[in-house]
Amino acid sequence: MSDTKHDANGLSFQPPSEVDVEKRKFLIQATAATGAVGVAAVAVPFVGSMLPSERAKAAGAPVEVDISKIEAGSMMTAEWRGQPVWIIHRTEEMLAKLDAHKNQLSDPDLNVPQQPEYCKNKGRAINEKYAVMLGTCTHLGCSPNANFAETADWDGGFVCPCHGSKFDLSGRVFKGSPAPTNLVVPPHQYLTDTTLLIGVDKKAEA
Amino acid sequence: MKSILLSLLLLPVLALANEAEITVKAPVDLGNHESLQRGARTFVNYCLNCHSANYMRYNRLQDIGLSEKQIKDNLLLAGDKVGDTMQVAIDPKDAKKWFGATPPDLSVEVRARGADWLYAYLRGFYKDDTRPTGWNNTVYDKVAMPHVLYELQGVQVLNHETHALELVKPGKLSPAEYNEMVGDLTNFMAFMAEPAKQSRQFIGIFVLLFLGVLFVLVKKIKTEYWKDIK
Amino acid sequence: MKNSPMAEQKVTATTTGGLAGVVDWVDARFPLTSNIKNHLTEYYAPKNFNFWYFFGSLALLVLVMQIVTGIFLTMHYKPDAQQAFASVEYIMRDVFGGNIIRYMHSTGASMFFVVVYMHMFRGLIYGSYRTPRELIWLFGVGIFLVLMGEAFFGYLLPWGQMSYWGAQVIVNLFSTVPFIGPDLSEWLRGDYLVSDATLNRFFAFHVIALPLVLLGLVAVHLIALHEVGSNNPDGVEIKAHKDKKTGIPLDGIPFHPYYSVKDLVGVVVFLMVFAAIVFFAPEMGGYFLEANNFVPADPLKTPAHIAPVWYFTPYYSILRAVPPIGISQFPGVVAMGLSVVVFAFLPWLDRGAVKSIRYRGALYKRWLAAFVVSFLILGYLGTVPADVWGQFGAWMGKADRATVVARICMTVYFLFFALMPWYTKRDKTKPVPERVTH
Repeated sequence: MSDTKHDANGLSFQPPSEVDVEKRKFLIQATAATGAVGVAAVAVPFVGSMLPSERAKAAGAPVEVDISKIEAGSMMTAEWRGQPVWIIHRTEEMLAKLDAHKNQLSDPDLNVPQQPEYCKNKGRAINEKYAVMLGTCTHLGCSPNANFAETADWDGGFVCPCHGSKFDLSGRVFKGSPAPTNLVVPPHQYLTDTTLLIGVDKKAEA
Repeated sequence: MKSILLSLLLLPVLALANEAEITVKAPVDLGNHESLQRGARTFVNYCLNCHSANYMRYNRLQDIGLSEKQIKDNLLLAGDKVGDTMQVAIDPKDAKKWFGATPPDLSVEVRARGADWLYAYLRGFYKDDTRPTGWNNTVYDKVAMPHVLYELQGVQVLNHETHALELVKPGKLSPAEYNEMVGDLTNFMAFMAEPAKQSRQFIGIFVLLFLGVLFVLVKKIKTEYWKDIK
Repeated sequence: MKNSPMAEQKVTATTTGGLAGVVDWVDARFPLTSNIKNHLTEYYAPKNFNFWYFFGSLALLVLVMQIVTGIFLTMHYKPDAQQAFASVEYIMRDVFGGNIIRYMHSTGASMFFVVVYMHMFRGLIYGSYRTPRELIWLFGVGIFLVLMGEAFFGYLLPWGQMSYWGAQVIVNLFSTVPFIGPDLSEWLRGDYLVSDATLNRFFAFHVIALPLVLLGLVAVHLIALHEVGSNNPDGVEIKAHKDKKTGIPLDGIPFHPYYSVKDLVGVVVFLMVFAAIVFFAPEMGGYFLEANNFVPADPLKTPAHIAPVWYFTPYYSILRAVPPIGISQFPGVVAMGLSVVVFAFLPWLDRGAVKSIRYRGALYKRWLAAFVVSFLILGYLGTVPADVWGQFGAWMGKADRATVVARICMTVYFLFFALMPWYTKRDKTKPVPERVTH
């Protein structure tokens, strides 16, 4: 064998026989399949590294809010996952007016699921007195301003500074606003009568 | 600047030259969850008063078998959340005033010093009245930290002839119990220095097995193709 | 330009369907098939490559891995003196998969040098820098220099004590340059000491400036290689004997599939070593990740023993070994710079009648052995303090033993290059075969 190596005038390689071609095809497919598994496994840490980190998750954990200090007819802003969460202490008069302007609303019956099931009710709340909602406009994400001062054609609510979307004290959007849907009610629950836990509801915990 | 450079380049010296050599191995066993849990409790109760572990999240303690509720009830300070990192209770500025140096963050202390050093350090405090705190250490000469665990260990003195430590006043724990306690603490701090170490090694086994399979395949392909070569 | 009429013809002739049709469509607009042919399926490499020929493709693999892991680290790392150290620990703990990515990057840095040193050694023993491959070699030396810069800048980023003081010492080396030195090092740092400004600019160099240069150099390195063809362990030119009909070198085989499948074996073996380090010993006993670098940078406190990472230690040893003139460290700095740059002159220093070590005489082999041993000893000495072996007695002026040994090794190191024209010419070489031997 080694003698013929040097005096060969032909090329150093020859085309494979037909038997070889089949075997090679099989080996390549097997390796490619295995390699693909490997590439997918290597992709896991890289793709996963772009998910919210432990720090982001910790910062996004449910927050406890003491609501005993909110005076009737005013509101407070809590922070959950970096977003403003409004908690509005509504008076009897405020609640009474919610029905009055029902015909001016885009979605008075709460058909679009912008709230958990347990808040699909008249006051959009677990406890009617306190409305809880994300203070983020459903149009393009600005934070609407509170305007509780009543006038002849305004029962109090929120106006978005960006494109003028209007919401009532239940976060329901008025017709003619650029915002398509009502404000989002985040999952929440009462730990005591005056302590609210925002970010997780009873159902999810159980 | 030139003289600094000169000394850096030409005269590197060993700092540990006049300090005792470390001969005892620390009892590090990252698989021993009970030891790690005991160590975590000691760490939170004693170390965390002055030292932070700013990179370590409490909920990471789930890796050593604690539930979120257990962490919350036993280890968290009031007002902390399980997702928080191990912040220090005292103001670093106060600490600097009291000890002359800010107590270092301990998250990766074991990676910087080594577990064996730490184990020797925690057992190496002795009474030395020439020091402002009244304490010195066999592996860290002129240490600024006082002996926080002396009620447990008791008081040791250094015999300058034999260079051995002698217990002159027993503490609440017997020497064996004390060794076990700081052993657990060292173990925990080794875990804390790299919480993902065990899972990393676990993954590594599968990666190597997989590469072994791949090796057999590519080797077969190579042999097959190289049959063509004269 | 001369292709354009033909290209137009091809555009109109595209009628085939399926994948072939797509390839035809691209070929009419971009030289896809011809490039695949030129660089893979019809690039004829000598059939007798051995172990040493794995490291070129491995270097390319490591480069790709460093770029990919680097991109993902950049998504979480903060080039800010207040946050850098913490952001690395954040990657290690809070980012999913972050510890694996970071260890891949830190291990990759060291393995890059392992692979490149092996690759350079291959060039040395088989004379791969000789005519007609001088430019390939020069581009390669360029790659090596940029790689050293890349490693140096990157090493500051974790902002640990070793990062900090390593950068401090190296930047201060520039202050030894006569006249402009102090201003030069201040300009490099952008401050009176290594600081946030330094970290920020080193980050820019590390993640964008040098990688761009590196990629360009790698491209021209490969283009030059494929223009003249690969050398081989026999150091004979396979293009001297071509098939009369096809013009294919008789000892050449197509890179693809033969060397692609062979390199794949090398890649898997390399990955096994790589994975073993990443998963089981990422610190590599303090050589890949140093213990002191787990202490945040402190400008007020120098660690007791500082040394560069292992791949820089031979040159660092040379720096330390050269005695200062007066108080000037400049001679040491020049010697260190020269010890790296001197590789570029190899093609013109070697006057040997043969390329490969297989046919060299004893003289060259002895010099090469002495050089390798000196290089390794210098490398070791760079990792330890100068008094590691104690001092000589009064008869040697109580000099550090290690320093004296380093000076001897340094002398051998430079003589290997300086005397090369002489000993390679004088060497009793063996006859070189016409064709490759196996």
